[in-house]
Amino acid sequence: MNGLAFLIPIALGLGLLGLAAFFWSLRKGQFDDLDGAALRIFVEEEEESV
Amino acid sequence: MSAAALVERDFAVPDIRCAGCIAKLEQGLVRDKRIAAARVNFTEKRVHLSYMPDTDMPDLIGAFSTLGFEAHPIGNGPGEADAEAETSRELLRAVAVSGFAMMNIMLLSVSVWSGAAGATRDLFHWLSAAIALPTVAYAGRPFFRSAWRALRHGRTNMDVPISIGVALVCAISLYETATGGAHAYFDGATMLLFFLLCGRWLDSVMRDRARGGVTALLRNMGSGATVLGDDGRGRWVDATALEPGMVMLVAAGERLAADGVVVGGASQLDLSLLTGESAPQPAQPDDSVHAGTLNLEAPIRVRVTAAGADTAIADIARLMGEAAQGKSRYVRIADRAARLYAPAVHCLALMAFAGWLVAGAGWHDSLLIAAAVLIITCPCALGLAVPAAQIVAAGALMRAGVLVKDGSALERLAEVDLAFVDKTGTLTLGRPEAIGLDRLDTRAKSLILALSQASRHPLSEALTRGLQRYDVRPAEVTSVTETPGFGIEAQWAGGIVTLGRPQRGELGDALATELSVDGKSVATIRFADRLRPDAAEAIGTLARQGVEAMILSGDRAEAVAPVARQLGLTAQTGMSPQDKLDAIERQAGLGRKVLMIGDGLNDGPALAAGHASIAPGSASDVGKNAADCIFLGDRMMPVVQAVQMARRTQAVVRQNFLLAIGYNAVAVPLAFMGLVTPLVAAIAMSGSSLIVVGNALRLKGAIR
Repeated sequence: MNGLAFLIPIALGLGLLGLAAFFWSLRKGQFDDLDGAALRIFVEEEEESV
Repeated sequence: MSAAALVERDFAVPDIRCAGCIAKLEQGLVRDKRIAAARVNFTEKRVHLSYMPDTDMPDLIGAFSTLGFEAHPIGNGPGEADAEAETSRELLRAVAVSGFAMMNIMLLSVSVWSGAAGATRDLFHWLSAAIALPTVAYAGRPFFRSAWRALRHGRTNMDVPISIGVALVCAISLYETATGGAHAYFDGATMLLFFLLCGRWLDSVMRDRARGGVTALLRNMGSGATVLGDDGRGRWVDATALEPGMVMLVAAGERLAADGVVVGGASQLDLSLLTGESAPQPAQPDDSVHAGTLNLEAPIRVRVTAAGADTAIADIARLMGEAAQGKSRYVRIADRAARLYAPAVHCLALMAFAGWLVAGAGWHDSLLIAAAVLIITCPCALGLAVPAAQIVAAGALMRAGVLVKDGSALERLAEVDLAFVDKTGTLTLGRPEAIGLDRLDTRAKSLILALSQASRHPLSEALTRGLQRYDVRPAEVTSVTETPGFGIEAQWAGGIVTLGRPQRGELGDALATELSVDGKSVATIRFADRLRPDAAEAIGTLARQGVEAMILSGDRAEAVAPVARQLGLTAQTGMSPQDKLDAIERQAGLGRKVLMIGDGLNDGPALAAGHASIAPGSASDVGKNAADCIFLGDRMMPVVQAVQMARRTQAVVRQNFLLAIGYNAVAVPLAFMGLVTPLVAAIAMSGSSLIVVGNALRLKGAIR
């Protein structure tokens, strides 16, 4: 029974953490351009111009 | 210059197709010192620019075109808020919250089902309540709002039984928790919300995706004109800022942004988007010209007489407003089902409560059984059945080249039994195509290509496009000059070659161009608007599907007759927008469901009035905005595919309804007998949802 006192808050806390991370990424616009994100790994970074 | 002074604006760039385009645009655009940042959104085919406020629109568009992209500013002003996308994000947040709540309550519920008792069970119920109640208050808002709106207008929709069910179940479960009872349905309530929100979110994603595609197609949005100042210098003015009295300089190949009177130059104008008329009209000084027409030949100066809402187009906009009212009376299939469903559900729950009370079960047990009936009959599968099928169908259609604007469009498209088709730009390609290019010898072809490449005149572009089919290399010509209104001239092998207006006027008003070497005519090429390559096949297939077609054209009878004869269709000609609208209303009065297929401004009201409507991707902005679906490319078959797909989707939706009814037929008697515990409810609900989604996914491969 005592274990519950730790385990339940931990379980809920982890869940909330995931939810907060999702909200954060949504606000940062990470879901705005899903097809583009898949293609961007092919984009070469431009070399620093002097 | 401080960063705060930068202007932000989105541009639609339809040609973004690959990772290379992203790199080219993002790295190329910022080389222009006035552009501070560029960010590509691949999904929506947009580029977001931050630039110095003193940068003119033509310069920005020029920056795109030097990279080889065509760009069009979106919206009327910088930084327009996107309200629709915000709704979608709000729904996604609600899905996330209810998903989180559902999983955690399920975690607690599983312990209760596996035998937790006494203080532990009470604790878990309280914890569930603490998670569920705020979740329902937050994630349930879309349903509560819509249910309240419907009730206030004395109507009922899908959201009314949902809202009542969720609220009642929560209240009863809370009472049960407070009195230390065995059954709390918090998991059922949040699971219900989660599934329904998924359906709602899918619906809005579908609308967003199509809207993104449509904005990328709206070429003339945020259009404008180069206005000549008193000092004779031109500056770019947005269409909304144009005022009567200004003098616009309209280059060949540009569309007029306002109504006006020609004050300088002479040219030919293409009115096809405005009236459906296919032959170009000459425009001389003192002629009045209309917004939306395309200048074909030479630059002209036009004094603006009416701009914005006062243009001739505004008349069409008024007609469209009236026409669209009819369509808003359409009730979506899910809401039609809810009209029967909601009273039935509420009666059942009430009967269960009264029945058990009479049988002597005590009001507490009776109430619990009534709650079980409510939760088991809640239209969970129904709420998911329709959007799941529609989004899968819309995705398949999008790959086939048809953008569907929303779910109700698919429902209406499935019902059509009569098609009205516009001619110019719909049955035909709506652009001049060079005829008889294969009769030319290689030397003529390579000369024409060399000259036509140097010009952006619509006829030159048609020639360049036409010659791409042949393996021709442009001839080596030097000092190319273009004289507006006459043609292109260049040096070649010591002589002079010209491509331009034919010397002899024997060709009448048909579009033609002539290639001459040293003043001697070598070849004359005519242009005509051709039928779409598979128009006959598409019309034939439609007829076999039980959708007969008829031409409604604003063009003259002589121009329509050959097309009608070729396709074996009857035609009505010389129709004004009002005439087209009346024709549709007459048929609707006879109980026919009319599919309107058209592209022009003049088709706008008819597109808005049709039971369903489709426009080609080359249509006017008004046409594209008014239509339910847009098909891309030169082929017309996608129209047929859209109708077929819509019908198949309706079939799947009906199957899903039957599945849901079958599920209720089994589950409701169980609930009535008081056998449905929270565990049974959870299994039944998720099981039926998975089945309807699985059934909807079958549509994915329906188009090959």
